[in-house]
Amino acid sequence: MSRPAENREQFRPENHENEHFLLTTVVGSYPKPKWLNRADDLAEDAESKFTHEHLHEAHDDACRVITAEHERAGLDTVVDGEMRRNEMVEFFAHRIDGYEFNGPVKVWGHNYFDKPSVSDTVEYDEPWLVDEFEFTRDVASKPVKVPITGPYTLANWSFNEAYETEEELAYELADLVNIEIEKLVEAGAKYIQIDEPALATTPDDHAIVGECLDRIVAGIDEDIRIGLHVCYGDYSRIYPEINDFPIDEFDVELCNGNYEQIDVFTEPEFGPDLALGVVDAHTAEVEPVEEIKKNILQGLKVVPPEKLTISPDCGLKLLPREIAYGKMENMVKAAREVEKELDAGEIDLETPVPLAD
Amino acid sequence: MTERVATTPGLFPLPDPAKQRLSDLKGHQKGDLISGNESDEIVAVYDEYRTQVITEQVEAGLDRISEGQLRWDDMLAHPLTVHENVETGGIVRYYDNNNFYRDPQVTGELTFSGDVASELDAAAAALAEADSDASLQATLPGPYSLFDLATDEYYGDEESFLDAVSEFLAAEVEAFPAHETLYLLEPSLVENAPGDGLDARASEAIDTVAAATDADVVVQTYFGALSEKVYAHLMDADIEAIGFDIVAGDREQTLYNINEYGTKTAAGLGISNGLNTLVESPETLAERVSWVQNKLPAQEFDRLYLSTNTEPFYLPVNKHLEKLAAVAAAAEIELEEVTA
Repeated sequence: MSRPAENREQFRPENHENEHFLLTTVVGSYPKPKWLNRADDLAEDAESKFTHEHLHEAHDDACRVITAEHERAGLDTVVDGEMRRNEMVEFFAHRIDGYEFNGPVKVWGHNYFDKPSVSDTVEYDEPWLVDEFEFTRDVASKPVKVPITGPYTLANWSFNEAYETEEELAYELADLVNIEIEKLVEAGAKYIQIDEPALATTPDDHAIVGECLDRIVAGIDEDIRIGLHVCYGDYSRIYPEINDFPIDEFDVELCNGNYEQIDVFTEPEFGPDLALGVVDAHTAEVEPVEEIKKNILQGLKVVPPEKLTISPDCGLKLLPREIAYGKMENMVKAAREVEKELDAGEIDLETPVPLAD
Repeated sequence: MTERVATTPGLFPLPDPAKQRLSDLKGHQKGDLISGNESDEIVAVYDEYRTQVITEQVEAGLDRISEGQLRWDDMLAHPLTVHENVETGGIVRYYDNNNFYRDPQVTGELTFSGDVASELDAAAAALAEADSDASLQATLPGPYSLFDLATDEYYGDEESFLDAVSEFLAAEVEAFPAHETLYLLEPSLVENAPGDGLDARASEAIDTVAAATDADVVVQTYFGALSEKVYAHLMDADIEAIGFDIVAGDREQTLYNINEYGTKTAAGLGISNGLNTLVESPETLAERVSWVQNKLPAQEFDRLYLSTNTEPFYLPVNKHLEKLAAVAAAAEIELEEVTA
């Protein structure tokens, strides 16, 4: 069962100019400032005087800059751009007892991933993201969303040496994610996004992801907004099953495929709120506002405006920074214009997208 | 008495220093991957690491030595992605793994290439330098898997394309230096099994390639068990051995196939998990061999090829080397006598 998603109203800015409110957000990752990459290199260089304390300060600076950049773009909820994270599995594996690293493995060509091994029982040691959240919360004036790599992906993108099945490992990790979310909520987090890209590659495992989510949200107040992000796959393989997930919002990448898959979600009725990707995370051109507005209308085929969240397809980290910023800025402009048109009754909610001639 | 041969399907992980050196020399993007006409500098780096992985196999105690296929950026699709009449398209997923290769789009006739033969010439020379009794083993994608991984924009129908791929591979094999064994890797027979009609042709395609060599041909299947019908057709192929995935969860299906249809007098057993860093002890691996033999009381084997179930490029280098040594040691362990 979906959770009641009325918790979105808490993110409506006080001075919001329109009656309609399309919650604008991002998936999470963002291009790092060039100087931060240099700082990372320096911190690795034994001969440099640049210490890990210096690097920590550099990360703080980068989080401050990128959070402000998100606010300047006008987003209703912001992220620090994941400035402190190197990769979505490695980062967490370094913080969870039971993981070890043996060396890089190939993804494609000369692109490698330091794929960790679960060599022992996974256990919660220190908080993973609470410091990161508290810092961003303190520098932000908007609510902060926290993206967390989901337990299914943490299990699926690791070597499993310690558990009988990957499923068992995923459930153990889900319990750890639950502990982390409890700590984040204690620190004031209101909006959590679980990233499960691995589900796109093994869609038959949707029931495992569902069980993981049950464990993740156990005891978490319904006022806390829980999103799920799944990208680059065949959504028909996991829909309508996701309607049974205990989430407030399902975040999808559809701009990349020109909304060819949007009809997947129209029958049966979509359960959670829809967070729709309306700009492409892998094209280096900023989409014009008019084009993004048309993309937003695609979402209205699936859910009414009060259940629609606006987001890029995926993390923007591989784009040039100015392009990433331009996409966010135009995305927010487009959302506000569509809200205005909805207020004025100019959008036909029965057939939001004009039919082809 | 069953002879046990310690070997590997090939397609090794690149040694860690080579990852960085080649990445610096070649770049990270699609267009930077191996083309078949790389610079002398890049060729020299591959020569150096080819020699290294051959030495490592000798030291691990393998009976067959693989070239390592370090140049195969596109994994099993490599023989096509370096071909002059093939264009490389987008990056596509490699089976159900978090790995990707360039889609080989065949836009012209699959003429002779010689790319893999020249790798094997270099490997044969390196092996001759090493002080070893072990002999050279060649690896190629099986014709059905290569057909399955590629996109045809020239031949027009599945049958002609599969025939063309098998004739292409056969011509490549004819150019190989002397080799004791030829491994044809056929994961697509499991992962994207051929339907009616194509299943018989997949087996004929293997015959076409196998006929091009005097070496012992092992058709290694993995990522699970073959369906009954595909297995029955594969048994028609004139090869020395079919290789089975003994690690995957559906190995009872494999036993069923062998009990129902028999198998060749030799077999390949993928006993060490190429997809997981957990290093099985030689004793555990030997027990897996005994387990298979005990489950097949009516089957007598002259020879068993022991290896990882899959290509090992999924592994970090340290674990891969440990697994090679464990397989080699497992081949030396005395097994309990199996009585029929």
